[in-house]
Amino acid sequence: MIDATILLDGLAYGMVLFIISVGLTVTMGLMRVVNLAHGAFAMIGGYVAAMLVGAGVSFFAAAGLATLLVGMIGAVAELAVYRPLYRKGELAQALMTFGLTFVVIASLTSGFGTGIKTLPLPAALGGVVDIGFRTYPAYRLFLVAVGLGLALLLWLLIDRSAYGARLRAAVDNPRMARAVGIDVNLLFTVTFAGGCALAAFGGVIGAALLPLEPFYALRYLVLFLVVVGVGGIGNFKGSFLAAILLGVIDTGGKYLMPQAAAYLFYGAVLALLLLRPNGLMPAKSAT
Amino acid sequence: MTQPALAVHGLSKRFGSLVVAQAIELDLARGARTGLIGPNGAGKTTLVNLLTGTLRADAGTIMLDGRPIDALTPEARVRRGIVRTHQINTLLDETTVCDNVAIAVAERDGIAWRLLRFARRWRACIDEARSRLAELGIAHAVERRVSELPYGEQRLLEIAIALALRPRVLLLDEPAAGVPSLEAHAIHAALDRLPGDISVLMIEHDMDLVFRFAREIVVLAQGRVLARGSPAEIAADRQVRAVYLGRSAS
Amino acid sequence: MTALSESGLRRLWHGLPWALALLVYFTGGGYLGLGTHALVMILFALSLDLALGQAGIITMGHAAFFGIGAYAAGIFASHLSADPLLGLAAATLAASLFGLLSGAFILHTAGVTLMMLTLAVSALLAEFANQAHGLTGGDDGLQLGRMAPLLGLFGFDLWGKTAYLYALAVLFLWSLAAWRIMRSPFGRSLDGIRQNPRRMRAIGTPVWRRLVVAYGLSAAMAGSAGALEAQTTRSVGLGALSVLTSGTVLVMLVLGGTRRSYGAFLGATVYVVVQDFAAEIDPFRWMFVIGLLLMAVVLIFENGLTGLGDAARRALAGLPRRSGRP
Repeated sequence: MIDATILLDGLAYGMVLFIISVGLTVTMGLMRVVNLAHGAFAMIGGYVAAMLVGAGVSFFAAAGLATLLVGMIGAVAELAVYRPLYRKGELAQALMTFGLTFVVIASLTSGFGTGIKTLPLPAALGGVVDIGFRTYPAYRLFLVAVGLGLALLLWLLIDRSAYGARLRAAVDNPRMARAVGIDVNLLFTVTFAGGCALAAFGGVIGAALLPLEPFYALRYLVLFLVVVGVGGIGNFKGSFLAAILLGVIDTGGKYLMPQAAAYLFYGAVLALLLLRPNGLMPAKSAT
Repeated sequence: MTQPALAVHGLSKRFGSLVVAQAIELDLARGARTGLIGPNGAGKTTLVNLLTGTLRADAGTIMLDGRPIDALTPEARVRRGIVRTHQINTLLDETTVCDNVAIAVAERDGIAWRLLRFARRWRACIDEARSRLAELGIAHAVERRVSELPYGEQRLLEIAIALALRPRVLLLDEPAAGVPSLEAHAIHAALDRLPGDISVLMIEHDMDLVFRFAREIVVLAQGRVLARGSPAEIAADRQVRAVYLGRSAS
Repeated sequence: MTALSESGLRRLWHGLPWALALLVYFTGGGYLGLGTHALVMILFALSLDLALGQAGIITMGHAAFFGIGAYAAGIFASHLSADPLLGLAAATLAASLFGLLSGAFILHTAGVTLMMLTLAVSALLAEFANQAHGLTGGDDGLQLGRMAPLLGLFGFDLWGKTAYLYALAVLFLWSLAAWRIMRSPFGRSLDGIRQNPRRMRAIGTPVWRRLVVAYGLSAAMAGSAGALEAQTTRSVGLGALSVLTSGTVLVMLVLGGTRRSYGAFLGATVYVVVQDFAAEIDPFRWMFVIGLLLMAVVLIFENGLTGLGDAARRALAGLPRRSGRP
C-alpha cells in the first residue's frame, strides 16, 4: 500500500502548499506585486496561533483569530508598505518585501524566542480514520478537505463573483476601473488583506508539516514562490495543480529515494519553469 | 529591371482563424519611397513584424537583395539591413542622446562585444553619432538625457539611430505620430533628406504626409494587398476610396 | 560637477577607498580578519553589480556562484594543490562555466520567472552540496589545510596580514576589470539591455548571448570572492550557497547603490562592520536593522548610500538635482 500512502501524503502536503501559496497567487499573481514577505505573514499566523493555543484557546478558534489578525496586519501593510510599491519595478518590490520579512523575523523571535514553536493538534485531528481500504491520519484528511473546499470557494469568488470581475478590472486598468466607480484602493487593500489571511491560515493548519521556526519566512518562501511560478502566475487552477504535483513529487521522492528527493523536486521545478516559462496554466491577461 | 532590394512573395500569417496576412506580394526597388496605408486592423503592423522577423510567417518568402532571410532572427535581419523605427518610444531614456546613437553604431560595426582595447573605436562611434545628430539638426541636444528631450526630437533621434545602422531597407512606423505640428516640420525635412539608396517603406495614417513622401503607395485591407500604384492612381482608385479614404479621410 | 579642480579631485576620490584599505592593514590589528571578510564581500557585491546593476538580470540566487567558488577552492586545496593562486583560478573558472551554462538556460526568461529560476538553481545547488557528502562534507562543510605561500614567497600568517593583502590585491584587479567592462561598448550595451531590451533587439543586439556572457563574467567574479572566502577562513560551509547569502549580497549592493563606482564598496563595508557590532548583541536585532535599512533604501534613497552622498554634495554645491548641462 506504499503507493497509496505516497499519493495521499503527497496530496495532503500539496494542499498545505496550495493553501499558503494561493494567498501569494492573490497578491503576486493578481495584484502583480513581488511579495517576498508572504512567508512572513504565514509565520505571523503560525506564531500567533501557537501563542493562543498555549494560552488555552482551542486550535480552531486560534486558527480563526490568527487568520483574522494577520488579515488586519495585511491591510495595514498594504496601506503603509505596499501601496508605494505598485508603481516601482520588480527589484524595488523584491527588496522592500525582503526587508519586511527580516523585520518580521526579528520581531517574532524577540517576542517569542528562537526555538521551534509547536502547535499541538486538537484531539479531533489527532486520530486515524478508516477510509475503506485502510486507515489514514485524520489531520491529513482534514488538510485535503480544507484545500478542496478553499479551492472551490476561491474559484467561485474570483471567477464567478462580481468581486472577482471588479478586481481583474482594477488590476488591468485602474484608471478605467476608477472611472466606472470602483474604489480601487479599497479593493486592493481588502484583496491584499485576504491574501495575507490565507497565508496565515495555511501557516497555522499546516504547522505540523512545515514546522514554525525563526527562519520559516525565508525557508519556505522558495517553495511558495515555486508553486505560484510553476502554476502560472495569477492562475488559481494552475497553483492548485502545481501544489499537488509538487507535493506528490516531493513526498514520492522522500519515500522512494530519500537521497535524491531534493534533486528530484528542484529538478522538476527547473524543468517545468524552463519548458513552461509562463506556468502550467498561464494567466490569460499575461502579456 | 534590376533586382529589388526587398521582395516579398506569398507571405501569409494567421492567428487561429483570423487571417492577418494573405499571400502578400510586395517589392521595394533600391531607393524606393513606398507608403503603406490601410484602415485599422488591415495588417500593417503584422506585415512590419513579419518583415523584421518578430513574427514568423506561415507561408511565403522574404528576399533581401535576392537572398531569402526567412530563417534569420530579428537581430540578424537588422545586421543584414532591415531596420525599423517604432511608433511608441523605445529609446534608452537614462542614456544620453549621443550614446543612444553611438551604441547603435558600435553594434553595427561589431565592436559591442569588445571588453578590451576599445577606447579609439568607441571614440569613433561617438564622433559618428555626433555628426549624424548634427545632420538631423539636434546637435544641441547630444549630451542631454533622452528623457529630457521634447517629443519631436525623440522621434528624430529614433530616425538617427535607424540611419546609423546603415539600413538597406528602412521601415518607418508612423514617424510623425503624436508630434505637435510645430515640431513636425523638422521630421518632414529629415524624411526628405533620407539617403537616396535606402529603400523606405512608410506606414502612416497621416494622408498628407504619405502623399507628399511616397512615390508609390500600397493599400492593405484585411491582410491582403488591395491596390498599389502612384499616389495619383491610388487617390483615384474607387475601390480604395470606398474601403479606406472614404472612411477616414472624408 | 563642481568648479573645483576636477580631475585632481576625482583622482583623490578614486584613491581614497584604497588608501583607507591600506590604512586598515596597518592599524587594523585584531580586526584584520573582519577587514578581509569585508573585502571579499565587496568583490561579491561588485559581481552582482555587473549582473544586476549593469545588465538588469534580477537574480535572487547569486550565492550559487559564490558557493561554487568557495567549494571549488576548498576541494582544489584538499585534493590537488595548496597553491592559493591556482585554487583561485580553478574556482573562478568553475564558477564562470556554471554561470555560462545556467545562464544559457535561464536567461531566455525575464522578470519574476527569471527571479524564481535563479532561486531554483541555487536551491538545487545547495541541495547537491548537502547530499554530496564525499565531495563537500555535507553539513559539516570542508576544512582547508594550510595554504602554500603566495607566489611561493609570502606565507599565510596567524594574524591574517597576508590574507588581507591577498584579498585586497584580488579585489583591486577585479575592480579595475569591472570598471573597464562597465565602460566598454560591451558594458554600455548591457546598460541598454537593462533599460530596454526591445530597443537593443531593434539595433541588432543578440540580447540573450550578451546577457549570458555578462552572467558568466559576473559568476567568475563571484567565484573569485567565494574562493577568497574559503582560502582566508580555511573553511567552507553550506551557508555559502544559501538563499540568505544571496539576499545579503543584494542588500549590500542596494544599500551602497547600484552602477556606482564605489556603491558595492560602501554597502558591503557598512554591512559587514555594522553586522559585526550588532550581531554581538543579538543576531536577530541585526536582522531588524537590516530589514528597516532595506525598506528605507527603497522608499527614501533609491540610489543607496552613495546616492545620498551625491545628493549631499549637490546640495552643498547649490546645484539643482538633475543638472541639465549646457
